[in-house]
Amino acid sequence: MPSLKDLRNRINSVKQTRKITSAMKLVASSKLKRAQEQAEQARPFAERMSAMLANLGAAVRDMPEAPPLLAGTGKDEVHLLIVATADKGLCGGFNSSIARGARRRVQALRADGKQVKIICVGRKGRDLLRRDLGDLIEAYVGDVVSKKKLEYADAEKIATMVTDRFEAGTIDSCSIVYNRFKSVISSELTFKPLVPVDLPEATEAAVEDNEAKALYTFEPEEEVILQRLLPTNLAVQIYRALLENAASEQGARMAAMDSATRNAGEMIKKLTLSYNRQRQAAITKELIEIVSGAEAV
Amino acid sequence: MADKLRFELVSPERVLASDDCDMVVMPGEEGDLGILVEHSPLVALLRPGVVEIYQGDKIEKRLFVSGGFAEVNPKGCILLAEEGIPLDGFAKAEAERRLDMAKRDLADVTEEGPVKDRAEHAVKVAEALVAAFA
Repeated sequence: MPSLKDLRNRINSVKQTRKITSAMKLVASSKLKRAQEQAEQARPFAERMSAMLANLGAAVRDMPEAPPLLAGTGKDEVHLLIVATADKGLCGGFNSSIARGARRRVQALRADGKQVKIICVGRKGRDLLRRDLGDLIEAYVGDVVSKKKLEYADAEKIATMVTDRFEAGTIDSCSIVYNRFKSVISSELTFKPLVPVDLPEATEAAVEDNEAKALYTFEPEEEVILQRLLPTNLAVQIYRALLENAASEQGARMAAMDSATRNAGEMIKKLTLSYNRQRQAAITKELIEIVSGAEAV
Repeated sequence: MADKLRFELVSPERVLASDDCDMVVMPGEEGDLGILVEHSPLVALLRPGVVEIYQGDKIEKRLFVSGGFAEVNPKGCILLAEEGIPLDGFAKAEAERRLDMAKRDLADVTEEGPVKDRAEHAVKVAEALVAAFA
């Protein structure tokens, strides 16, 4: 049975912890808002980009020599997996769920007889995967996702790492795994193929657009534009994934810290109860001692 | 029929400009392009340079783009730029500093390859930015 002093100490320490977790929750919620805003602002570019790509891609897809960034290298041996996680922990199952998903993916790809290479974005992903998949990790990009503002230039850097590898012919296809932001309390583990490019299916609106499309003038030719558009598109896709990931991270952290705060509150209640009970017992014991002492005289 | 041209400049990070205007002049890869209302549909590559937005006969806004893509359709004119800088409120000294840095980076690259290409591109962008003040 812990002594009164021990109990008092524990109550104090849990109170301190609660202060920290509730502060972290507030910080996470404000960061979440910012991350959401950023994701919102980045949307128009990505949307226009994919619309443009869909038009161009349809025109060039049947070419015998489609650029590798569009159609892959034609072989299907080496797959590059970009694992996007957070730099920091304390956000519930956020990082571990991505790591688990990545591991499963690697196994599935290996079962298909493919070779896998990994680029880790975010420190936690590297830490989690290093133990069992350490020899697959080719590169690590850190201190990008924990920046105050996620910059496009950073996504571009990652994209260049990918394009360089394609040009060198060391990889045949590429995808990214991240958490897609659904709402503050839920996000969804997502695998997104980056190369070959997943051209959006022709929806009704797109078909309508396509009719107007036939009239488009291209300056210079489609192929030249496509050559430039593809690397940019890759960077934008990565940028978007990172933004979504950042928003999910903050959402997950908020939820984790919220439940931690609540748990701390409950614990304090229980500890206070047993503290009071013990204090009462001690008082009663002392009284009995006094009374029985007086009787004995 | 609209008598104004809908113009949008979008960077990956946010929407930089969204205006109704009379004419847009932009630096196409193969020469400058002037876009008026009801221009025929067009997709063009942009080189680093200045985009001028006209209201009536006057230039209302000048924006620097580091290259990108332009799409003109019946709904308007959309520029997808990797980087866009409004020129008012941007100092020439800053542009020159950027050129210096880009040149130094290029000097650091010794071997041929994609790294050098990128450094050369950065110098070109910075040169165009300085030229925008001339």
